[in-house]
Parts: sequence; C-alpha cells; structure tokens
Amino acid sequence: MKIHEYQAMEIFARYGLPVSGFDVVTSPEEARAAAEKRGGSVVVKAQVHVGGRGKAGGVKLARDADEAERLAEGILGMDIKGLTVEKVVVAEVVDIDREYYIGIVVDRATKKPVYMVSSEGGVDIEVVASETPEKIHKHPVDPERGLSDAEAAELAAKIESEPSVAAQVADAILKLYAAFVGSDASLAEINPLVVTSEGVVRAIDAKMNIDDNALYRHEDIAAMRDTSTDTAELTKARELGMSFVKLDGNVGCLVNGAGLAMTTMDLIKQYGGEPANFLDVGGSSNSDKVATTLEIITSDPNVRSLLINIFGGITRCDDVARGLVHALERVATDVPIVVRLTGTNAEEARRILAEHDLMTADTLDEAVEKAVVLAGRDS
Amino acid sequence: MSIFVNADTRLCVQGITGRDGTFQAKGMIDYGTNVVCGVTPGKGGQSVHGVPVFDTMAGAVRETGANTSITFVPARFAAPAIIEAAEAGVDLVVTISEGIPTLDVAKVCQRLSELGTRMIGPNCPGVISPGKAKVGIMPGWIHSPGPVGVVSRSGTLTYEVVEQLRRSGLGQSTVLGIGGDPIIGTSFIDALTAYEADPQTEVVVLIGEIGGTDEEQAAQFVTAHLDKPVVSFIAGRTAPPGKRMGHAGAIIAGGKGTAQDKIKALSEAGIPVADRPSDIPGLVAAALGRK
Repeated sequence: MKIHEYQAMEIFARYGLPVSGFDVVTSPEEARAAAEKRGGSVVVKAQVHVGGRGKAGGVKLARDADEAERLAEGILGMDIKGLTVEKVVVAEVVDIDREYYIGIVVDRATKKPVYMVSSEGGVDIEVVASETPEKIHKHPVDPERGLSDAEAAELAAKIESEPSVAAQVADAILKLYAAFVGSDASLAEINPLVVTSEGVVRAIDAKMNIDDNALYRHEDIAAMRDTSTDTAELTKARELGMSFVKLDGNVGCLVNGAGLAMTTMDLIKQYGGEPANFLDVGGSSNSDKVATTLEIITSDPNVRSLLINIFGGITRCDDVARGLVHALERVATDVPIVVRLTGTNAEEARRILAEHDLMTADTLDEAVEKAVVLAGRDS
Repeated sequence: MSIFVNADTRLCVQGITGRDGTFQAKGMIDYGTNVVCGVTPGKGGQSVHGVPVFDTMAGAVRETGANTSITFVPARFAAPAIIEAAEAGVDLVVTISEGIPTLDVAKVCQRLSELGTRMIGPNCPGVISPGKAKVGIMPGWIHSPGPVGVVSRSGTLTYEVVEQLRRSGLGQSTVLGIGGDPIIGTSFIDALTAYEADPQTEVVVLIGEIGGTDEEQAAQFVTAHLDKPVVSFIAGRTAPPGKRMGHAGAIIAGGKGTAQDKIKALSEAGIPVADRPSDIPGLVAAALGRK
C-alpha cells in the first residue's frame, strides 16, 4: 500500500527523524494561514500517489503567504498523471547546503532489507542507479539482528565526511531503519536528506510503501489508505479480498489465479482483442463472491464480452458450474459470456452450463478466441 | 529420480486439523504420498484420516521420522511454525500459506539458511514428483511421470501448462511452484541447479511473470551452468506499470520487471519463449528431439 508524503512524514517524526515542519491543508485559505505561521516563505507540495510531481508543477516555492495561497489554489484540484490533487503540504523552507539520499527496500535477490545511501540526493534515484551506479552504496541488513550503530556509522561515512554531521546522518539512518521495520514497509526513503548551512541534518521529503500482508498488525497505518480515487468496483473487490485492476479494453475476464489471469489477458491481446480488467477471483467457487465479481466487471460500460476461465484443480468443476449458474441468475447482464472450466468433472460442468445456454470452450485458446470475436461483433 | 520430493518423502502436515489442512492431507494421501503425521498445537493425540497428530514438530519428527513438512498454518502464525519445523530437523518445508508479512519471510529465510533447511514458497501450490509424491495442493491427476521438469511462480497457470503437456503425452519428473511473493525460499536458480543434477529430467519448462529480475538472473544462469535445454513462458505482457497483479511480487516498478525485459533476456540466452501456453508442448518436444 502506498501512503502519502505527509503520512510518511508523520511516521518518521514518530521515530524521531528530523522532519522539517509542515501542515497538511485542503484549501488556499488554510495554506495562507499555514504559511503565516511559518513566517511566510514555504514550499507547497501536492499529495498524490505518483512520482514526478515536481516536474508536473505540483511542488512550488512561495515567497510569502499571498503567494502560498495563490500557489495552493493552482495546485489543489490539479490533475497529475490522472490523479486529482486533494491535499497539499505546506512545509517550512530549509536552506540547503548539500543533499543526500537514504532508503531501504526489500531485496528479492539477497532475501534481506537492503540499505542504499548516496551523495546524489534530491534527484531521481532510479536515474542515479542507471547512470552512475557507483554513487549508490548498498548494504544488506541481517533481518534477525537489525542494523547496528557501527553499520549505520559506516554507511554515513560513505556520504558525509564532517564528523558532527556524519553523526547526525548515522542517527537518521538508524531511525529510518527502525521506522521501516516498525511499520512493515516494503520501501522507506528520504530524498533528499539535507544538510543546512549551519550543519544541521533535516528530512525534507518522505516516501513509504507498506507491505499489504502486514497491515493486519498496523491498524493505524491501514487507516491511512487514501480511497478518494478508488472506484466503487475497486472497493468492492478489496472487501472480498480479490485483486482487481481496471484496464481500457472491452473483453472482461474472471479467472482463478494471478498468473493464469495475466496469461488470459495476454492471450486476449494476441487474439486481437483488448482486456478490460485483471481479476483474480481466488480459489473459491462461492456463488455470492462470483456474483459480486460479475457485477464488478459488467458495470464497466466498455465491456462487450466476458470470459470466465477457471482451472478447477481439486475443486470439482460441476460445483463451480452450479455456482456460476446461480450467480448469473442474480446478475442481470446482456454481455455475452464464454465459460472455460478445466479440472475434475469438466464434462458434467459443460452439460450444466449448456442447459443454461452458456457458451463453453474446451481449451484456453478456444475460449479467448470466442470472447474476442463476441466483443468485436456489432451489438 | 526427481527433485526435492520422491518415494522416500515422509511428510508431516502442519495445520492438519484446520479446514485446508484436513482437505489437502486427504488429497495427498489419496495420491499415494507417505503422510506420516500431522501437527497442530493442542490437538496432540488425535488422528486425521488415520494419521497421528502431534502438539509439536519435535515430537512428530522424533516419533515418525518425518523428513519433510507442508505448512497450511494461517499467515500470522506461519513464520514460527516454519522455523519450528526446521529446528525439529526436517530437510524441506513446503509453505502453502499465503499472505505472510515479507519481513517475517526474510527472517525465516535467514534462520533456515543457518539450519541448512530448504523452503519452497511461501504462497505456492507446492511440489509434485508424479507417481512418487505430491506435497502440495495441485490436482494430481493431470500429472504423469516423464522427462520434463517444470518450475513456476504461479499456481493455476502451472496447472494449465501441465494440462497442455498431458494432452501432448509429455510426462514430468517434478513440477514445482516456487511462489509469487517478493521473498521466497527456493528460486528459479535453485530449481534449475536441481534439475540439471537430476537424471530423470531432460528438459526444463520455466514459467515466469512480471516483477523483479529473477527470470533475467535465471537466463544468465542457464547460459553459464546448464547443459539441459530450457523453454519458457512469461505472463503479464499486457500488465500496466505500477499495479500489483494479484501476487505480491507481480508488479512492474521503476521500469524494472516488465515481461518484455524478461523475454529479451531469455531469448538472448537462447531459451525459446512460448507466446501461448499451448505452444509449450511443441517447444518441449523440439528440445527433446534435439538431444
């Protein structure tokens, strides 16, 4: 789960990181008040779940409270890569002498959290990684033991030579790791971590992604989920514990298993169609769940045909077929449906589906081809 | 032969008294797997499908000589259960449980590497060596013994591929689902290493998907270390960037992890990439013919 910069700032502050002062506001008037509180000159920053908001004009410097109000008015409601800005952060201006990057990700290769520090802060770290990888210092952390003071000091020494500043950087490195572990993050970063001309270290940005699997033990963080841009369909799917991603095509698909669901989408494209969604219905043949899933997919007006692809596995296909028929009786839809069921008792399943005038297919290729043809037909 | 599980497997089912554990234990026993015990804390002394249940892994291993465990323990209790199995001395833990926090899995992997125990999974369908042992939740009947090794990050997609192999009369040495999470116990490279050493396996089918760079690393590994032919399939060519596609690990992030990158890396390593699952049997047959 992604959280906003201001939410990450709040978590970082809880762990004692030197976060610069800020307020979160939703109106230009509040932005003015916040700027006045901080002496006039502030930075106004859009809070949206996309990268590159600075380039998109979502981060601006105001010289006084008037300008802060004007800038906030421009940024609030702005569209950044398809997302509407609902909140802005009004942050104190920090005078910057030098900028660093510190961050932690879960690394698949080493199976450990990996710390990354760089003297190249304030720029896109992925660009640094691809153009000057030698400027990023990586350090895998023992997940059992955690990060020691000595390791933090060693990392700090790679980017800062002034001892009194390096001590502050090391402290920030330790506290960021504590925030990362304490929040079950999959990513935590500060870019930039700045050193002021007085030699004080401050975090003027914050980014955190949280491991969805661990949200059950972080109710406070789970409550931070921004659902303002979620559609009703997405919310419904989430409540059922299903994975749903809306796409732009016209062939809806309902599949069990994530890999098979992606493969079904890929085949729709190869057969000349466009998938309308990704949906993994999971292992259940529960007809209530299937009915809600069908409602979610067919509520998209672009959907012209629907492909149901279930690999029965140990579950009996005739049970799945009965569940489907029951679900379809509840969901009124004119969208033509192709069903492909494979697994134990598949023949019995096809007989049940045929009795209810449902189009069936024997193989995955045949099912996809039929669904694509149906979607392309004039209605 | 085969890899990881075979006729010598003596299986313990962790969570055998739970709904999934009971149901899946039956499926494994019916397949002919030597299920010697189950473990559920507080349920010691009971029996499920005639299999004795123990309170602890240590007790179960001591009494029954179990050398492998399969875990159906719910996600929030799974990490200590896996470590308990490893500390009791089993060689292999197959973790079916889905939704274990990633940092817990990192700790588990660290502890298991100290103990020298292999884990398959988490969030995987398990492993089957057709005709010998099924340690997982896959439908046994689609599998048959033969020369094809299959390794995959997916569940039902693996069944789909095995079903295609079945229709073409191509049997398998071992079919292995390594799981869809960001951190997993057994990687593609671990599986490829085992298949290379297995006399029964003549060709390997590698089924990958978007997210991470495991397939790219596997491609390099094949070039450097494998004599046996490998064919592949990658799911998620149409996946949009930045969206998690069901599996926790299936996300294109920062331009990394696209299907296109993986297909390119595999092709450059001389590994044929099937456009569709139905193309896999043809590629496998061709690879077997070349030998």
